[in-house]
Amino acid sequence: MRRRPALALVSLLLAVLVAGVLPAAPQDKPRAGGELVFVVPSEPPSYDAHQEETFGVMHPMAPHYSTLLRVDPTDKTGTKPVGDLAESWTISKDHLVYTFKIRKGVKFHDGSELTSKDVKASYDKILHPPAGIKSLRKEAYESIASIDAPDPSTFIVKLKYPESSILLNLASPWNWIYRADILAKDPHWYEKNVNGTGPFKFVEHVKGSHWVGKKNPDYWDKGKPYLDGYRAIFISNSSAQVAAVRGERAMIQFRSFSPPERDQLVQALGNKIAVQESPWDCLNFVSMHHEKKPFDDKRVRRALSLALDRYEGSKALSRITLVKDVAGIQVPGTPFATPPAELEKLAGYGHDIAKNRAEAKRLLKEAGVPDGFAFTFKNRGIPHPYEPLGIWLIDQWRQIGLNVKQEFIEASAYHPMLKRGDFEVAMDFQCGFIVEPDLDLPRFVTHSDANYGRHKDTVIDDLFSRQGRSTDPEERKKILRQLEKRLLDEEAHVIYTLQWHRIVPHLAKVHGWTITPSHYLNNQLDTVWLAE
Amino acid sequence: MALNPPIDRAPEIAAAPAPDGWLTVVTRFCRTRPLGAVGAAVIVLMLVVAALAHVIAPYDPVANDFGGMLAPPSRAHWLGTDAFGRDVLSRLIYGSRTALLVGFGASVLGATLGSVLGVASAYFGGRVDLFLQRVMDIFLSFPLIILALALVAILGNTIPNLILAITVPMIPRAALVIRASALAIREMPYVDAARAAGFRHGRIILRHMLPNVMAPYLIMLTAFLGQAVLLESSLSFLGLGVQEPMPAWGLMLRGAAVEFAEAAPWMAIFPGLAISLSVFAFNLFGDSLRDALDPRLRTQ
Repeated sequence: MRRRPALALVSLLLAVLVAGVLPAAPQDKPRAGGELVFVVPSEPPSYDAHQEETFGVMHPMAPHYSTLLRVDPTDKTGTKPVGDLAESWTISKDHLVYTFKIRKGVKFHDGSELTSKDVKASYDKILHPPAGIKSLRKEAYESIASIDAPDPSTFIVKLKYPESSILLNLASPWNWIYRADILAKDPHWYEKNVNGTGPFKFVEHVKGSHWVGKKNPDYWDKGKPYLDGYRAIFISNSSAQVAAVRGERAMIQFRSFSPPERDQLVQALGNKIAVQESPWDCLNFVSMHHEKKPFDDKRVRRALSLALDRYEGSKALSRITLVKDVAGIQVPGTPFATPPAELEKLAGYGHDIAKNRAEAKRLLKEAGVPDGFAFTFKNRGIPHPYEPLGIWLIDQWRQIGLNVKQEFIEASAYHPMLKRGDFEVAMDFQCGFIVEPDLDLPRFVTHSDANYGRHKDTVIDDLFSRQGRSTDPEERKKILRQLEKRLLDEEAHVIYTLQWHRIVPHLAKVHGWTITPSHYLNNQLDTVWLAE
Repeated sequence: MALNPPIDRAPEIAAAPAPDGWLTVVTRFCRTRPLGAVGAAVIVLMLVVAALAHVIAPYDPVANDFGGMLAPPSRAHWLGTDAFGRDVLSRLIYGSRTALLVGFGASVLGATLGSVLGVASAYFGGRVDLFLQRVMDIFLSFPLIILALALVAILGNTIPNLILAITVPMIPRAALVIRASALAIREMPYVDAARAAGFRHGRIILRHMLPNVMAPYLIMLTAFLGQAVLLESSLSFLGLGVQEPMPAWGLMLRGAAVEFAEAAPWMAIFPGLAISLSVFAFNLFGDSLRDALDPRLRTQ
């Protein structure tokens, strides 16, 4: 009994080591052929990515489509934009005009040729959706004044003001390029049909069972894709997903497995499995209702943050659930992440937990909160990582004399509850598709629909606006650090828990895929190949 | 000549036997129904453990100890620790409070309300009986757990709601059994006499009929206890019962206990054993009680 965990640990270390080497090994020559079989834990509600927000759309369908720009599939930070349909681009000196050169000879799967007219029509649908059509991310493009396609190979984006995140925003994996003629005839066509320019053509979708794609021989990037095709199998139950990989009926699941599931697979498959891990651009944070006492008092909010021993929590919780790094407002390892030395200066991020908790108790006393004060913490009824984080938070708050009861709310009823403001303290959540402050932080401005704690802070509004318009990365970092201090320390509007941690174990024969901090990225599969 | 002999002594009338003391009853029960006695002993043990949980439990059942996560059974932690380093034994001990609170609460409420409805249905007969029985039939058409699940989903998962959700599906089951007994009692001369004396319906039901269905009531009650404990554990296991970090047996089987079933089997084995043992004990005791109280079985 005692030897098994040690064996698992050694196997795990070996697997991680192997995983770290495999994708980067320069001597690996991609091999053509084979079918990639992967598990998707969710199904697409419709086929139109502009209107959807689930990875159930992205994982099986992204291989059929291209985007204007994409995130470099070999970049582990997932923050480097490269051209997809755009061959190159230029930026005007005032950072207001972006001119993209569109690749020539790119064909849709129905044989028609792609031009900048198709790119414009797709962006028109995203920016100004016709009546009856949703566009879930159009607010992210408020800086765009106009778009234009003056000739078949030129696409121009003009901005109202400089925005440092615009290129990454245009690399959004959701912004699939559709055919203009089809959109003109029926803007709903793409909800039930597939016709893209991506590396794989659509074969079939059997609801509740699978999705199949085959190699697109006319793909613009000659020599790619390497695979003959792929098969996505829909399995919602996590034990069944593990069993599928364990039994080698599936090669990978692109979202994430939990640490115990990873350990099970490593123990069962040994060197036949490789594990890639990355900080994940998803986060659970605690929202406190600013209109309810005593959470209207920043001393109380700071005390709740000071009570958390994040570093010990990180070590322990990373063994049992999908969280790991202690982080600030950006994913560790990405361009605007908080350096550890800076992070330690924030309330609740120092290593001396006894000192932190003494300060927390002092603040509570000063705010008139009695010892044993009771409140209800509302949490979302999802096992990972909500439940373990909830248990941890309650234990941490217990240690500063608070008596917290947890109430789990069924997942579908959770966001309506947050929107109604029917909570004192609640678990909140965000998950981004690209690590970028402009995409990760808008929810913390005063008038955001997602400002569930209902704080009013014009300083944060101003800092957010200034960082987004700053074109100098160093200046932007400074502004972001000010925003972070205000949000998490001085006002403690919200309490960040621990950064999610993405764990993707896959059969070792799967090559050419690099994990990124987002499970919405890197799903086109054009670079993926099988060693046997 | 005296026709009748003088009465020089009182005629011999057989004196009613004095009621047995509780010790005699218990001794007789243990002697005649040893399995039932074992069940009763386990129930008593659970009651004592639940009442003295704060004295007996070696650790705080909700305190995390990340230094001791997933520790196997040892001298420090007799039944090991869970994924948060919480002592499994302490959580089992405190969990018995939850099991018994919900179990007794739901069974007493369910059996009592069911009995009142069953007796009233039998007493009034006619349209009242027809209406009540059809309502009971509707409730009986739902499996126990499905009805409880639906109620918890609607009401929310606090302890009082949990008790209510388990109570409701038990009411028609109790009503059906009690009604059958009450139908026979309704025809008894003392019920007719009470009617003739002009007593109100409520008095006849509560004073004259209900006490006479006490035997099936007690049998139902003990049968429900096991079911209620099992149902509470099932709901907690499904995430609809008691919420973390409160200790509850079903909750201990959920989440990390499943994921670490191979690496830390003690997390699932001991709460599973506690649930099985308690349900087994309630069933053993309930069966023996039925055998002892049901006159038909007694004569056999």
